[in-house]
Amino acid sequence: MFWRRRDESPDEAPTEEPRQSSEPMTVARPRREPSGMGLRARPSGFGTRMRSIFGSGAPATDATWDEVEEALIAADVGAITTLELVDAARERLRRENTRSGDDARRALATEIRDRLARVGSGRFELGEAPSVILFVGVNGTGKTTSIAKLAYRLKADGVSLTIAAADTFRAAAIEQLRIWGEQLGVSVVAQRIGADPGAVAFDAVAAAQSRGLDAVLVDTAGRLQNKQQLMDELAKIRRVIERRLPGQPRHVLLVLDATTGQNGLAQAEAFSREVGVTGIMLTKLDGTAKGGVALAVADRLGVPILFAGVGEEIDALAPFDPEAFTEWLFAE
Amino acid sequence: MFESLSARLQGITERLRGKARITEADLDVALREIRLALLEADVNFKVVKEFVARVRERAMGTDLLTGLNPGQQIVKLVHDQLVEVLGAKRHHLTLDARPSVVMMVGLQGAGKTTTAAKLAVRLRKDGRKPLLVAADVYRPAAVDQLVQLGDQIGVEVHTRPMGTPALEIARSGLEAARQGGRDVMILDTAGRLHVDEAMMDELVRIAGVLTPSETLLVVDAMTGQESVRVAEAFHARLPVTGLVLTKMDGDARGGAALSIRSATGLPVAFLGTGERTDGLEPFHPDRLAQRILGMGDILSFVERVQENVDSEAAEKTAQRMMENRFTLEDFRSQLTQIKKMGPIGQLMGMIPGASQMAGAAQEAVDSGQMKRIEAIIDSMTPEERRRPDIIKASRRRRIALGSGTATADVNRLLKQFVEMQKLMKMFSGGKLPRMGGGLGALLGR
Repeated sequence: MFWRRRDESPDEAPTEEPRQSSEPMTVARPRREPSGMGLRARPSGFGTRMRSIFGSGAPATDATWDEVEEALIAADVGAITTLELVDAARERLRRENTRSGDDARRALATEIRDRLARVGSGRFELGEAPSVILFVGVNGTGKTTSIAKLAYRLKADGVSLTIAAADTFRAAAIEQLRIWGEQLGVSVVAQRIGADPGAVAFDAVAAAQSRGLDAVLVDTAGRLQNKQQLMDELAKIRRVIERRLPGQPRHVLLVLDATTGQNGLAQAEAFSREVGVTGIMLTKLDGTAKGGVALAVADRLGVPILFAGVGEEIDALAPFDPEAFTEWLFAE
Repeated sequence: MFESLSARLQGITERLRGKARITEADLDVALREIRLALLEADVNFKVVKEFVARVRERAMGTDLLTGLNPGQQIVKLVHDQLVEVLGAKRHHLTLDARPSVVMMVGLQGAGKTTTAAKLAVRLRKDGRKPLLVAADVYRPAAVDQLVQLGDQIGVEVHTRPMGTPALEIARSGLEAARQGGRDVMILDTAGRLHVDEAMMDELVRIAGVLTPSETLLVVDAMTGQESVRVAEAFHARLPVTGLVLTKMDGDARGGAALSIRSATGLPVAFLGTGERTDGLEPFHPDRLAQRILGMGDILSFVERVQENVDSEAAEKTAQRMMENRFTLEDFRSQLTQIKKMGPIGQLMGMIPGASQMAGAAQEAVDSGQMKRIEAIIDSMTPEERRRPDIIKASRRRRIALGSGTATADVNRLLKQFVEMQKLMKMFSGGKLPRMGGGLGALLGR
């Protein structure tokens, strides 16, 4: 399968040594070609696969649909959602009374796009100030980095904000946010490691109220969804925010690693049940993963995808657009 | 949502009950279920295809083993195939050089830094003198993280001023290990995408200079279908020697291990469980096979039992069971033993076939049902506990009064105890009833 196209332009080869940055506290990674949806896209590879399945001009048959199923499963869409998608696409073809390969490909793309759009993917509004955005997810999905990226984006749009360092568990999580805060010129409300995360969130919300800020981004410690005690702690953080500011948090973003397989469904289910997830931030889409489990989550649990992380750079965060995502997915 | 392979196969088992042979049609149905379950466990689809083909091969023409019904037979075939792919032996780190270098590599967020610290703890337990080297210069505060972890576990961390290239840190780390008399150096590197050429080049250069004894690819147990491509890419550029599968304390089934092992032949060296620095376990292929199957982890269960149960009392009970002299007194002492072992739901999850009942059992405990059973037994005289058949109406009323329950509760317990004794008769007669029936019935299910 096709997964890297950069060798086609060897003159654009990256620099030999990682270049050092002027910022004192981190080193910049070597700049990569931007990829993924919303930016100059490196194709997902899925489109090439679709072309090779449907490209010969032959009509869609049971055998070709089997191959489509396989390609969807390889994209982590999951067996159940895959079967539903293929059935729906085939039904669409029947209605349109066609069996051409091109139409079949289009039918599948339309199904995917419509299912993503139906649940409200890409619709993100801050609402009444101060708007509180709670970031939740399992360990290592990129919560802290995603907060920095969203902070950068909001700030560029003229939104005044603060960040709450409520991951008081992981070693150096607070330092990581502080460094981002300094680089972005955004204040970070923090206590020490081991402090009550609810108290940190409370302080940040209170600070935002008294300073008249537009938004508060709350970082939380990563936790596996089957650890009930940790999920209870998260629910408590939510309640603390709610009590201080009824109607908030406006957004509870589940940060989901695009590399995740079917466990992503279990994650979305558990976090939704415990803290009412309002949207998904799909990270690490700049690898070879297609993030198909997010499609399954959107379709089966009705949770919209709101943002996509598409690179290491601070500006590599795209609002999730079902149309653009589908285009990227099917691009060759 | 996550129907395990064993749950799916149980359905087939029911359907195949009483058949002497597995027909090809039966097998097709079973293999379809196996395929779906493996895909749900995030086993790579190509690996699944091959796997299912191998199971078919094994199943064809196999006569039934005595004592197993066709469904169980298929479960056994699947289990054996899983173990075969995962490899039977443990992977031991080869750390002969002085100092030996262990290099941790992987995608972002897989858990390299945490695993580096955990590995240091484990190696020190084995009598080694480890040095941690912090070469993740890209992620903000990654170096701080390792330094803090090093403080926690009391292992020195080698760092260099901000702006020092990773290769230079690796080099000076090795020098520091040599001079400090450390026999193993654990190098933490930045997370990187396998398609990021410049970043992969950096690792290749580091590996070229350090010639690591072990290069461990750290993989998140929740990884989906991409796991194979990621592992292949790292393996193609670097001398990867083994895998560490992290976040195994989650509920992901860890199909990535099977996929990567099957596609690259790389052994799984360790499993990471939990956020504490002692959460790194050597890998047992058969246990992961059972987990992928959703069969629970019977060995861990046995270990837990051994740690907590008074072995003499247990042996006595077992003997009584065999001799069919199991009384309410024995049952009462069993309940006490079970409670010592920790949350019952977690325990049941480890027992093959009982995982579906785990929730019900936990509920029974939480709702106080277990307490009621104990109270009822406690309200009996020793004579009554040994010979429940003497408990007639007036004794029943007295026991109910004494335990604060209704006569109906007492009746139910006694009736279920009789059922349980019948089951035990079957056990001792060498017949295997379906697991859980006895306790399940007793807990009102």
